[in-house]
Amino acid sequence: MQLNKNIAVSENGFIFNPVSGDSFSTNPIGQEIINLMKEQKDRKEIVKILAEKYATDAAILEKDLADFFQMLLSYQLINGHE
Amino acid sequence: MAKLSYERPVIQKLNTGSMNKFGTRTEYAPVSHIEGVAVKEIIAEYGSPVFVISEPQIRKNYQNAVRAFKTRYPKVQFAWSYKTNYLNAVCKVFHQEGAWAEVVSIFEYKKALGNGVPGNKIIFNGPDKSEEDLTIAIENKSLIHIDHFDELYMLIEVVQKLKQKASVAIRVNMDTGVYPMWDRFGFNYENGQAWNAINKIMSHPELELNGLHCHIGTYMLTASAYATAAWKLCDLAVNVKAKWNKPIQYLDLGGGFASANTLKGSYLQGPDIIPSMEDYAEAISSTILNFGFKQNELPTLFLETGRALIDDAGYLLGSVIATKRLSDGRRATIMDFGVNLLFTAFWYNHKISPAQEFSHHTEDMVVYGPLCMNIDCIRESVNLPLLSKGDQVVVHKVGAYNMTQWMQFIQMRPNVVMIDGQNKVHLIRHKESLDTMLQYEHLPQHLEKFEL
Repeated sequence: MQLNKNIAVSENGFIFNPVSGDSFSTNPIGQEIINLMKEQKDRKEIVKILAEKYATDAAILEKDLADFFQMLLSYQLINGHE
Repeated sequence: MAKLSYERPVIQKLNTGSMNKFGTRTEYAPVSHIEGVAVKEIIAEYGSPVFVISEPQIRKNYQNAVRAFKTRYPKVQFAWSYKTNYLNAVCKVFHQEGAWAEVVSIFEYKKALGNGVPGNKIIFNGPDKSEEDLTIAIENKSLIHIDHFDELYMLIEVVQKLKQKASVAIRVNMDTGVYPMWDRFGFNYENGQAWNAINKIMSHPELELNGLHCHIGTYMLTASAYATAAWKLCDLAVNVKAKWNKPIQYLDLGGGFASANTLKGSYLQGPDIIPSMEDYAEAISSTILNFGFKQNELPTLFLETGRALIDDAGYLLGSVIATKRLSDGRRATIMDFGVNLLFTAFWYNHKISPAQEFSHHTEDMVVYGPLCMNIDCIRESVNLPLLSKGDQVVVHKVGAYNMTQWMQFIQMRPNVVMIDGQNKVHLIRHKESLDTMLQYEHLPQHLEKFEL
């Protein structure tokens, strides 16, 4: 699952898709996930990194990440291939 | 190193040029305490969901309403509308403040008697009074408000049988310029039905016509409708005096004053559009005072407002069971309370606040209840923080009608607690259990055994 090319992410969590012209906002953890995706981390690695940093269960992270990816997919910010 | 607090990731598409120039109101300011008591502690002790009633808020509302009317009109008496919330603790707060009881069934009537309200301070309204009910009311010298001719004729038979006098009023329905017109209760003013009923009563010496009653609607957004209603009752009272030389002792303007909840479909928020108690008081008082009654024949003004006195004293605390994503991308949040407990969610957009701190990030969501039924939706669309399983919320202004119209459907009814003026929490209704339900069931013997 990869972030589509040319997706711009600002430091404040604003995201711009130059292909569709759509803008988005995300919270700090969402921004962190997108940056990890930019670094080519896969889903498992992202869960591991976040579980070490945040006070929550890996199961919750996994569930929330799945939901977040679903939204990125529906907004055409990522491609659907793992 | 301590781990950072977690908030689930969220992404939202930014839209420009939205239709509403005011934008939507975000409701993420947390409400962590009610009357100084932590929501978290109440839930820990009494479970989730749990209804919470603020005794100081009830007293404040009552005193404000009394002040609004008594500073404008010399003879005012409030009667607590039992159907709005008939938990004994709630009723007794109102009775301690000086309210009589207004009941609409023999069940409520007996509850009022049990609460220690003298029979002659109970107003008995409603379309459903049996011969037995009327007998009890007559013997207790209660104020019987007649709803229809069948009741009137039955009452005549009962008083003749008992050889006792009954203190009566008629409920009058009328056009006050608001829609819908409530004409299903009482006798109509415009078509002369009310006047016919009055004449029938006056021709029977066993019936003492002491009052005239109306209740023009509910959640009334215009105070002027009450001025119209008061004028029409005054007109009847003056005509009774002129024809029968009988001064009417009281005018009962009923209730229906709006609370600060927001009706579904309303463009503006409830608190921004409802008349104040002073507006209602001014409309009613000035109409009666200016009608031309002699000073010694000025009728007492009875009021039966319920919703406006109790709604904002009631809270429902609950917890998030789950969050999920609907097929069209909307967020759905499932709470442990639904329309089984929040009957008023059918007509109000209840304000929901988180009970703990969140970041400023919010999302639009549908809020569902726990029932496995499609009707169980608390808010179709509301902007709230990023709620997760286990988070606690506070639903506001639920004191009216929910603790009487709640359903034992799929789930059982929860604890109800009251916080007193010293911030002490009292359990005022115990949560139901399976045993509560089973005690009313009977099983035929042949159905006791089965094999699967």
